[in-house]
Amino acid sequence: MSDSPQPGGQDYERRLNESAAAVAEFEHTPRGFLGTVQHVLHANPTFVPVIVLVASIAVFGVIAGERFFSPFNLTLIMQQVSIIGILAAAQTLIILTAGIDLSVAAIMVLMSVISGKLAVTLGVPAPIALAVSFAGGIAAGYLNGWLVTKVKLPPFIATLGTWNVFFALNLWLSGAQSIRGSDIDEVAPLLKFFGNSFEIGSARLTFGTLLMVVIFVVLWYILNKTAWGRHVYMIGDDKEAAEMAGIRTDRTLRQVYMLAGFICALAAWASIGRVGSISPQSFYEGNLESITAVVIGGISLFGGRGSIMGALFGALIVGVFQSGLRLAGVDVLWQVFAIGWLIIIAVAIDQWIRKVSA
Amino acid sequence: MTEPLLKARGLVKRYGRVTALDHADFDLMPGEILAVIGDNGAGKSSLIKAISGATTPDEGTITLEGREVRYASPLQAREAGIECVYQTLALSPALSITDNMFCGRELRKPGILGKWFGLLDQRAMEEFARQKLTELGLMTIQNINQAVETLSGGQRQGVAVARAAAFGSKVIILDEPTAALGVKESRKVLDLIRDVRSRGTPVVLISHNMPHVFELADRIHIHRLGRRLTVVKPGDVSMSDAVALMTGAMTPDAIHA
Repeated sequence: MSDSPQPGGQDYERRLNESAAAVAEFEHTPRGFLGTVQHVLHANPTFVPVIVLVASIAVFGVIAGERFFSPFNLTLIMQQVSIIGILAAAQTLIILTAGIDLSVAAIMVLMSVISGKLAVTLGVPAPIALAVSFAGGIAAGYLNGWLVTKVKLPPFIATLGTWNVFFALNLWLSGAQSIRGSDIDEVAPLLKFFGNSFEIGSARLTFGTLLMVVIFVVLWYILNKTAWGRHVYMIGDDKEAAEMAGIRTDRTLRQVYMLAGFICALAAWASIGRVGSISPQSFYEGNLESITAVVIGGISLFGGRGSIMGALFGALIVGVFQSGLRLAGVDVLWQVFAIGWLIIIAVAIDQWIRKVSA
Repeated sequence: MTEPLLKARGLVKRYGRVTALDHADFDLMPGEILAVIGDNGAGKSSLIKAISGATTPDEGTITLEGREVRYASPLQAREAGIECVYQTLALSPALSITDNMFCGRELRKPGILGKWFGLLDQRAMEEFARQKLTELGLMTIQNINQAVETLSGGQRQGVAVARAAAFGSKVIILDEPTAALGVKESRKVLDLIRDVRSRGTPVVLISHNMPHVFELADRIHIHRLGRRLTVVKPGDVSMSDAVALMTGAMTPDAIHA
């Protein structure tokens, strides 16, 4: 065969259209119940936390009875998880980009101290104090984003560092002193706005709970319905590919960290209402609890996969376990024990689902 | 004589003591398929990176449609109409075909929802993606919203090419589009490249596959030791001569003699 061009195909391709059209196929064995479940869960990763949530509510309803199942207790659980839930929303943003943020709770406590210090100790009008704390949250997020994108530190290291930095700043600013609830009530009741509640029957919803739900709904919209949100997923999925496909990945990443910082500042405001006072020592393990909620919610630590609503369900599952075990009269240490296994099982299920052949 | 659509003169790129481009020239005519061949380390990739904005050459000029251009990033080159399909394809496996096609240039809903709330026009994007894939004969793909990781290698290549061709680009650069594909899938991609040309868009094809190069290319740019050695027409030389030229076993004078 000569080297001249062959419109319509190469010599070795001549018999291509005689070739069998069959595609390599495994003998079709029915998937079975487990296989079917695996497939459904692969297509809808948020099903797992939803199922676990419903099942745990049902189980604890049986074990702990009426007291657990009451609207009062169920809304109390929502109150209890609201702060960690909001932090988990911020954490989800970072984890979706294949990062991790160990500083979320430290940013939150620092910002609650800043707004309290300004409003209560220095007498700055509460709205201005809050505005400063929002700006501070965004700045703290920018610092994390800058360390990750410009200094090229792994997110784990960058935020491990800033966690300590923010915690130290918070102790310095507050002098390790709490700001009492009564002082806040006197000077700046606005800081405790999210502690207000309203009742529907015996259900008692705080504004802080509503804030958590609103944050999740807004973030769900942003992540799924806007271009920026799709870019967040793309960056987490494959940063290099996103870069080559024309996304300004570093800029988007910095924006993600700034948005997370802003959400932490919102959590700071809500936490003042929830706790009733401002304590520099509070929520020391909030960063790990937020990661727990995200992981139990079925969001992949490798980035790019999972729905933000999973983190909300994850936070609620933790709350349901704690409340249910407490009402069933189980010692606190076994609550911690149970949460530990919950994390391990959640990630194991995630790995199992991921193994599904598409 | 028609002017080249994309022209480069005297490109130089050094990496420390390594010279990747040594006063290299490059011409792409309107509506042609230009193959770029060269041995490993000849500087093909450096040339393509310089043209597509991935690197900025130390010296030399690049002209697109008669105007001198200088790109600081691939994004700028893309905005100017130079699309590059990398060997790695730059697709996000977990995301849908539509998401991938519109990566970085999503359509928003008209009106307040789109302008202020950034709401994406999912329907319009799906419609557009389906239309483009159909035009390029890729509609064996059933579901425009299926994740890219569920597609075969050839289908992924098709999506990447369709993405490059869909947005009115002036030049499409394809880096080893058939390297990872089987015989049948390669054939589909080759037809796809011809299709792109028939729409009037010139294509730069980088390939090691001589039969594919000779079948498709209108002209063949042979790169050697960081510069353009010569440009040949597939009808004028044999594959073995082309290989001899690119490896240095033969000089261009021997051909023209």
